[in-house]
Amino acid sequence: MTRRYSALSLFKEGLAGQTGWKQAWRSPEPKPTYDAIVIGGGGHGLATAYYLAKNHNIARVAVLEKGWIGGGNTGRNTTVVRSNYYYPQSVELYGLAHRLYEGLSKDLNYNVMLSQRGMVNLCHSTGEMEIGARTVNAMQINGIDAELFSPEDVRRVAPIYNFSPDARFPVFGGIWQGRAGTARHDAVAWGYARAASRLGVDIIQNCEITDFIIEGGRCRGVQTTRGAIRADRTGMAVAGHSSVLGTKAGFRLPINSYALQACVTEPVKPILDTVVLSPGCGVYVSQSDKGEIVIGGGLDRIPSYAQRGNLPTLETVIAGLLEMFPIFGQLKLMRQWAGIVDVVPDSSPIIGESPLPNLFLNCGWGTGGFKAIPAGGTLLAHLLATGKHNDISRPFDLDRFASGRLIDEAAGSGIAH
Amino acid sequence: MQLFPCPFCGPRDETEFHYGGDAGNARPDGTQVPIDRWANYLYLRSNPKGTAREIWVHMTCGEFFVMDRDTVTHNVLSSATLGGEHVA
Repeated sequence: MTRRYSALSLFKEGLAGQTGWKQAWRSPEPKPTYDAIVIGGGGHGLATAYYLAKNHNIARVAVLEKGWIGGGNTGRNTTVVRSNYYYPQSVELYGLAHRLYEGLSKDLNYNVMLSQRGMVNLCHSTGEMEIGARTVNAMQINGIDAELFSPEDVRRVAPIYNFSPDARFPVFGGIWQGRAGTARHDAVAWGYARAASRLGVDIIQNCEITDFIIEGGRCRGVQTTRGAIRADRTGMAVAGHSSVLGTKAGFRLPINSYALQACVTEPVKPILDTVVLSPGCGVYVSQSDKGEIVIGGGLDRIPSYAQRGNLPTLETVIAGLLEMFPIFGQLKLMRQWAGIVDVVPDSSPIIGESPLPNLFLNCGWGTGGFKAIPAGGTLLAHLLATGKHNDISRPFDLDRFASGRLIDEAAGSGIAH
Repeated sequence: MQLFPCPFCGPRDETEFHYGGDAGNARPDGTQVPIDRWANYLYLRSNPKGTAREIWVHMTCGEFFVMDRDTVTHNVLSSATLGGEHVA
């Protein structure tokens, strides 16, 4: 039986006719009780379970997923990994995620195909360049790699951009983060699932939460479509559906759910080897390893739980794309889709205990949850194991809305939302 | 392109409209409002999956109105002025 993935095991299995590969993760029947329950089998939920077992030695953990793992926003995002945020609290958070991503393939023994190809946020005016310089300064002071790019630098990394004299959004420079890049989104979910399962975590798919078990004013588990499952502590990492579960648990959240769409073109030969974001065009673009041009833009402006995008936003995004890269006008769009994202007023996540004691939140990532998966998992695992915040998650508690200590990363979130 | 019914102008393109928030989220009265009550008003949202009662503004005519809508199917159930009249 081949359990560990390596060049050697690949070679051996090649000789043995590929018959010795084990299932990557188990699919056990749910047990009646666990030490901790994680609701949501996306990247954040699976990472939470993995770090509970790895960092805190708590392996009697169930991940409950109503569909299939990685089938929500983890499988629907544009795979960008970056940490070019402004405020120190955000830098701590996304910096942690970024560092963990850099070691993730080794840690999980699963290739998440992290490609640190760099990312440039373009500046289209002298005013934007001043803000860009301020952002670069803030990032450098906070210990994050950042560089202020001149138009020549931008031309060097993205020569196919529209540099013509009559361009609607001329390039004055940009904010460069060289360590940014992309990762294979499905591999992140599958890698965490496999690693967590091997540490004893039960991953239970097709298991929808119907209600919470509340005793003495505390959360003691969940009712599911596969029966009651009890645990002293429950965490939820369900992105755009956080309000739906919150309603079942008896509280409201500062969240509006919106559809965020993305699309890919047919695959072409390598032409763009970095991530380019234009705030003016409201679009960001990269090229996948398969050759597809991966295109993301702003939110659909209509509150929604429909996992599909509306046409007006797609038109805006494609118009912006063609302004940035007229050359892409020759390509055919192959797929277009949407995920439901949990948008919070200050564009920062909510991590901490919910108004229902013993139920913990990991939500509010809005349009940028994928890049934060390792940190979201680490921090929710810490909360579930200890019942307390650590220093990185403390500022992101739900209490910041009553205290007014918002962490307004509307600019850092990259695309307006 | 979806059409939304403005109670004043009739059916118009969705791009002419802007979402304004939960209907019925009234600003607390008085000067002695507890912090939690303020935070509820300012930040907490119903965000329902399914039928929602929402405030929208038709940016073309500038009028605010109430729309009942399904957030999963995007079907509009009804729209009315803030006073409850179904004009258009």
